[in-house]
Amino acid sequence: MDLVSEHRLSEMSPVEKVRFIIDEVKSGKILVLEKGLSPEEEASLIEMTMTFIEPDGFSGIEMESYPSEADTSFLGKLLKKKSLRTRLTVIGPADQLKTLKKDRNMISALISTNK
Amino acid sequence: MGVIRSFKRNFSDLFKKLFKKQNARIGIYGPPNAGKTTLANRILRDWTGDAMGSVSNIAHETRRARRREGVTINANGSSITLDIIDTPGLATKIDFHEFMEQGMDETESKRRAKEATEGVIEAVKWLENLDGVILVMDATEDPFTQVNVTVIGNMEARTLPLLIVANKVDLSEASPSTIRDAFPQHPMVSISALEGKNIDTFYEELAKRFG
Repeated sequence: MDLVSEHRLSEMSPVEKVRFIIDEVKSGKILVLEKGLSPEEEASLIEMTMTFIEPDGFSGIEMESYPSEADTSFLGKLLKKKSLRTRLTVIGPADQLKTLKKDRNMISALISTNK
Repeated sequence: MGVIRSFKRNFSDLFKKLFKKQNARIGIYGPPNAGKTTLANRILRDWTGDAMGSVSNIAHETRRARRREGVTINANGSSITLDIIDTPGLATKIDFHEFMEQGMDETESKRRAKEATEGVIEAVKWLENLDGVILVMDATEDPFTQVNVTVIGNMEARTLPLLIVANKVDLSEASPSTIRDAFPQHPMVSISALEGKNIDTFYEELAKRFG
């Protein structure tokens, strides 16, 4: 399992992030992203995941992220710009990571080492 | 005179292109088996007398997005005309073995899985071309699925209107209040698309959100 800092991901473009995640998860790693992905990046990740699915091989990902929160910072209010704060996200191979229970602020998951 | 007539015609065409009001494009989204096509069929049967597509208990029955243009809905004393897009169920994983467990043979299961992945890609691509989303959730299931979180996040990021539908309230184990508590920032209506329960309230909410 790799814990990926916000700083590490922020250095990547959206395409690089998605590719990095797919490559790591396909190799069997489970990633914990400190700040998660933007909703658009999540959609891109789902889209790219579909292109890599193959019978008796990679069956997809399990992704668990908390719902985004509205940016209520002083700057956000000042600029009156709607922005979302992304939150911690766990991503792993679908055959190794299984969500047991999830709510707004809690994720319970089962990690299996055997495929 | 010919030049003036031609100028008038060109100006008229340009005016129409610039100011012609396009119908709002509303996508019906949700996880597989939430009842998206059942709802699309209900809407079309109620307002056009037609249907959108076939439904099944096996996941990923809808594997191509289907669009019906110009569906006029009368509610709240007014009418709205929408383009309705019924999208394939969104998922982060597709395993052909799950179709085999439903009784399909291996070849058919693999074909369906392949088509399902293409359907998910199509559904994701449609997200960028919509004016609003009806997010259908199965009221008997946990609402905090990744698909729901991602769709809601995308609508919020684009500041586009979203209407959550808690479907399957005809089932005794349905708990629409769980969905309402999960996403309190968005309007929600509880219905049974299959039986038509509370469907008038749904149309009123539809007109309010997308009209």
